[in-house]
This record gives sequence, structure tokens and C-alpha cells, in this order.
Amino acid sequence: MAALNRLIALTACGVALSATLADAADRKAAQQQVDFGIRVARQGLWREATYRWERAVQLDPTYAAAYNNLAVAYEQAGALDKAKQAYQKAAELDPKNASIKQNIELFEEINDRASRKDPQ
Amino acid sequence: MRAARILSSVAAAFLAGACAAASVVEVPVETPIKPKLDASAFDRVYVAGFLAGGEEDVDANIETVRLLRSQLRNKASLRVIEADVLPLMDAAAGAQEGGAATAQTPLAAIREEKDLEPYEKVFERKDYWKKIGDEYQGPLIVTGSVIFVPHQRSGYVQREQETYDAFGRRSVVPTRTYMDRKGYILKPKFIFIDGRTGETLHTETFREEVLYNAEQSTPALSAYFELMDRLLPSFLATLSSQSIKGTRMLIR
Repeated sequence: MAALNRLIALTACGVALSATLADAADRKAAQQQVDFGIRVARQGLWREATYRWERAVQLDPTYAAAYNNLAVAYEQAGALDKAKQAYQKAAELDPKNASIKQNIELFEEINDRASRKDPQ
Repeated sequence: MRAARILSSVAAAFLAGACAAASVVEVPVETPIKPKLDASAFDRVYVAGFLAGGEEDVDANIETVRLLRSQLRNKASLRVIEADVLPLMDAAAGAQEGGAATAQTPLAAIREEKDLEPYEKVFERKDYWKKIGDEYQGPLIVTGSVIFVPHQRSGYVQREQETYDAFGRRSVVPTRTYMDRKGYILKPKFIFIDGRTGETLHTETFREEVLYNAEQSTPALSAYFELMDRLLPSFLATLSSQSIKGTRMLIR
């Protein structure tokens, strides 16, 4: 019985370890996409950057930086609704990040201006 | 030993700072903003005229028509129709009476916003706007109302005062002083009408105010232009796409 318990515990540890390793591999791959995206965005290649950051959030949906950068790319493309969603996700994942907060403040100014409607 | 510990903590702090700096990259962005009104069905715009009132030194109707036409000529893709400014007050008086305006129709002066109410029915007269539209082959019509009124407010104002100490060193100290201030309030309402049907497509209202030191003599016309300057980008954003430049932080 004790041997069985030990086996179960070992299997659970193995599963947890392999999951952690897989997460780490996804995060690393996502980081590579984010880095590449930043490099091309600095050259003005925003479409390529958008593709990279979309890939990054697919690889690691808990990566706040990828969502933040994706939101910036959507802003640059004028896709304000998508930018809003991506900023919200970034802030949800990393609520204390000052750069995300600053981007959101600047974005909201533009978004308010663009969506300002008068009651008829 | 202690010196080595301090040195290592300074190095660690420096490294941490360098890493943090490297993990954030500031990039310039240019956000395109779509026009609020889809004016693709029109190739011409007619800034018809405005119900105007308030300050007597400024003809807010004529000045607004002139200013908007010149801005649209330079910054919008629509061709601007150069035609006489509509006598909108007469048409509004006609609407009030339920028929065409006559020489006998008394026109009450518009001094403030509430005086506009009875006149504003003219904007609902689709037949009137369609007739105007037919004259100019169905353009987009820009009309509305402009209230430009003097205004004054007294109270404490925070100002920065320069002071010099005994050694001639300059410093700036914020001080609160009681001031009488005079200025103006500008309240335009822009109405965009489809010249083919007479229907209102979009409405935009604004409110801007400016206050000057009571001793300063600022002509009403320059205050009018100062206030219009503030809201022109928003007015133009209704008809043409704009892009807003800024910077954002990319993070790793």
C-alpha cells in the first residue's frame, strides 16, 4: 500500500514537473516572439510585430507584456476596440505594472475622443 | 569586508536598474482615428449658417461660417460650396410661425442658450433643408447654433511668483491671489444634415471658456478665435480621419 502511495505521489510530481517545464518552454518561446516583435516595431514594421505578439499570447496566455505590446500594435493600426481588450487583459495579468498603466491612460484619452458621441 | 558588501549591493542595484531599463522600450505611435460621420456619400459640403447670439461685437454666424469653410477647404476631402450665408434667423422665425418668415415677424434677440429653444425647430424642418440641398445638388449641410457670451468670475487663483534672495538667487513660489477675471464662453452646436433628404445625420456640441485678468483688455473677436481653435480638431474629426501622435511603452 505504501509502495502504491509512493508511486502515485511520484507520478503526480512527474506530471507537475513536466507541466512546469512545458509552461517554461512556452514562456520562453513567447518571450522570443515578444523580443522579435519589439525589434521590428522599432523599425516601423507593425504588421509583423502584431503577428509576433498575437503568436506570443497564443503560446502563453498569462504573459502581460505580450498583451500590452499587442494593444500598442492595435492602437497603431486604429483598431481601438481590440486595443482596449488587450490592455484590459494586460492590466488584469499585471495590475501593478507602471508602463501598462501609463499606456492605458494615454490610450483612454484617444479612445474617449474617438468614441465621443452626442445625444441626439 | 563591509566595503565589499556595499560595492556588491551598489553593483546589484545598478544591474537591476539596467535590466529594468532594458525591459521597457519607448516607441512612437500614430493612432489613426476614423471620422465620426461617414461622409463618403457626399462630395461637397455647404456650411450654411448658424443661429447665433450673445456678444454683440462678434457676428458669431458670419465668423463661424468663414472659419469652418476655410478649415474644411484645407483639411477635408469634401469640396466647399462658396455661397451666401443662409438667413437662418428668418427661417427659424418662419418655422416658429409655422410658415415662411415675413417682414412683420418679430425676431427676439438670442442672448443666452435658453433663448435658442424656440428657434431650434428649424433644424427639424426636413422640407426646408431638402429644398436648400436641392439648390446645391444634395451636399452635406453644416449648420447649428453658436452662443458666444461674456462671462466673469472672481476668486483665488494660484500663480507662480518669482523671488530673489539676498544673494540674488531666483526662486519661483506658488502664491494664491484674489482676482477679478473676465472672459467668454463659447457654446457651439454643429448639426450635419443630409442635403438629399433633409435629415439630421449627426450633432456635436461643445463648450469652451476663457478667463483673463479683469485689467487686461482682450478683444471679443480674439477670444472667439482662441476658443474656436480649441474645438476645431474635434469638429474636423467628424468629417475626416485624423492621426494622433504619441509614444507608448513596449515591455519584455
